[in-house]
Amino acid sequence: MTRYAPWNEGRASEIISAHLAEEGPALPILHALQEEFGCIPREAEPLVAHALNITRAEMHGVVTFYHEFRAHPPGRHVLRLCRAEACQSMGGERLAASLLDRLGIDWGETTADGALTVEPVFCLGLCATAPSAMLDERVKGRLTPAKLDHLVAEARGA
Amino acid sequence: MTRIFIPRDSAALACGADEVAEALAAQARARGLALEIVRNGSRGMFWLEPLVEVETPAGRIGYGPVAPEDVAGLIAAGFPAAPAHPLALGPVAEIAFLKRQTRFTFARCGLTDPLSLADYRAHGGYRGLARALSLGAAETVEEVVRSGLRGRGGAGFPTGVKWKTVREARGARKYVVCNADEGDSGTFADRMIMEGDPFALIEGMTIAAFATGAAKGYIYVRSEYPDAIAAMNAAIGLARGAGLLGPDVMAGGFAFDLEVRKGAGSYVCGEETAMLESLEGKRGMVRAKPPLPAHKGLFGQPSVINNLVSFASVPFILAEGAKAYADVGFGRSRGTMPIQLAGNIRHGGLYEIAFGVSLGELIDEVGGGTASGRPVRAVQAGGPLGAYFPRALFDTPYDYEAFAARDGLIGHGGLVVFDDTVDMARQARFAMEFCALESCGKCTPCRIGSVRGMEVMDRLIAGENRSANLALLRDLCNTMKWGSLCAMGGFTPYPVMSALTHFPEDFGPHSLPAAAE
Repeated sequence: MTRYAPWNEGRASEIISAHLAEEGPALPILHALQEEFGCIPREAEPLVAHALNITRAEMHGVVTFYHEFRAHPPGRHVLRLCRAEACQSMGGERLAASLLDRLGIDWGETTADGALTVEPVFCLGLCATAPSAMLDERVKGRLTPAKLDHLVAEARGA
Repeated sequence: MTRIFIPRDSAALACGADEVAEALAAQARARGLALEIVRNGSRGMFWLEPLVEVETPAGRIGYGPVAPEDVAGLIAAGFPAAPAHPLALGPVAEIAFLKRQTRFTFARCGLTDPLSLADYRAHGGYRGLARALSLGAAETVEEVVRSGLRGRGGAGFPTGVKWKTVREARGARKYVVCNADEGDSGTFADRMIMEGDPFALIEGMTIAAFATGAAKGYIYVRSEYPDAIAAMNAAIGLARGAGLLGPDVMAGGFAFDLEVRKGAGSYVCGEETAMLESLEGKRGMVRAKPPLPAHKGLFGQPSVINNLVSFASVPFILAEGAKAYADVGFGRSRGTMPIQLAGNIRHGGLYEIAFGVSLGELIDEVGGGTASGRPVRAVQAGGPLGAYFPRALFDTPYDYEAFAARDGLIGHGGLVVFDDTVDMARQARFAMEFCALESCGKCTPCRIGSVRGMEVMDRLIAGENRSANLALLRDLCNTMKWGSLCAMGGFTPYPVMSALTHFPEDFGPHSLPAAAE
């Protein structure tokens, strides 16, 4: 089971067309594609490039510039752990290292059961309730090892 | 019907505000209590979140921090009137952290329902735009000039002067762009306004559009803020529906509309020219200046680009007059600054105060020292590109020039506190690592310098050739500071050099005592 649709050129073209009337539509298009497919599939780049009348190389440059755009779909849930200074001051790095160690994955990787991808994030604006994280689009603050384990268990069970 | 306020601010949500609201609603239903739950913004006292407030004839009474499992006990103690409960805080307006503030920009945040236009107007909203319309565009710009407002993103450039340049610039069309790419760790003021008082931003940008002759505005929000994006989009829809955005704003004879654009996880897109490139759909590469964005900005057109807090400060300035704003402050820093106390701090949150308060007062008295209870060792002011201040510099007044005089910056107003367990050499290494990760790559000092900086720091941390590597680090920082195109590479030396200057003991060989050198 996955949250995302498999690659479908027709669907991608629809998404692209829906944004073409906007000024500077590249980022809105890429966000919408990632929402649909979980990533920016390589097959999508020439379609967007053609629609925006730019080269494939330029399009690839845009896609790869931004940390958020993925080359492959993530697991069923994405846990983003904050690695910025405010969370560091509250032990965020230790918390993250211990979780990755127990899951047996590195930053950006997915657990073997396909349930959870753990990504770094540099600040969620929750700097007075550190350490912080975001599970999918739900924010979590004042994390402790126990709370983090609970979140992970919830995501892997779902 | 008793009105209960439970914040929808994401810091409150991160600590369980939704669950508290659900638990309270369930208890009220079960016991037949007549409670109306309003989801307000946050007051900015994050150590008390979720802060539950009860409206009474004597003002709002607070309880916090309330966990979902506290709700049953609160009800048993007599909530909404449970003054003896251990979580009872008494009148919220009397809490010292709040009472000592001068809230101009954040006057409504935490008080109102963020998505109620009626609430916004009842608390002074749209009086600023009404006055701007009566003054006319040119005089509106002058009023902002007179207020002394300087860019709250960090550069501190006078906002009114920028507006005047755009007003006088010629272009087929003009834009108003709000930089809400709040990437600095330790900052959350932009997020709090978007989630807690979004109409203030809409009104501020509308005033800017009226004053400069722009018809279209963009709010560039980082993708890490999904709640802020949702709140902002909802508020824009409401404003449009009420004729406050659209073809004839407030029946004032001018058109202006707004759109939220989502970033994609790039820190450097908070640099204004990189943000413009990103809005245009390109890689977020910094542009060389000149031309200034005020002359050739978004899509090559004259553009007003301000930080979110700058825009959100404008409705107060127009409504109350420039003098009311400029009357408070310190030196050339006029008005108030929403200072954000973050990291390892006991009383973390947003503290809006006139410039001039000392760093020590902010950290020790307002913030109450560390959350861990250990001694404060360092405070990073102004985000990942800001300097680390030791206790010895706690007398520094909060002011653009005073911080600069001590090789620091106030940036967007963040202060991140570290206790005595911090390793400052590691923090210096992180500054280089972050720059390497986020550099747009356009200029060499930043792109290459940051990677070399990481390597030098690794050697220092490993205790190799200390004096040679320190000399190299200083030289590299000097090159980055003076040779980079923008603040990304140009300011990364601030955290690195301040760590080295103020905490040299952390840069010694770890395995050997200092005397062995």
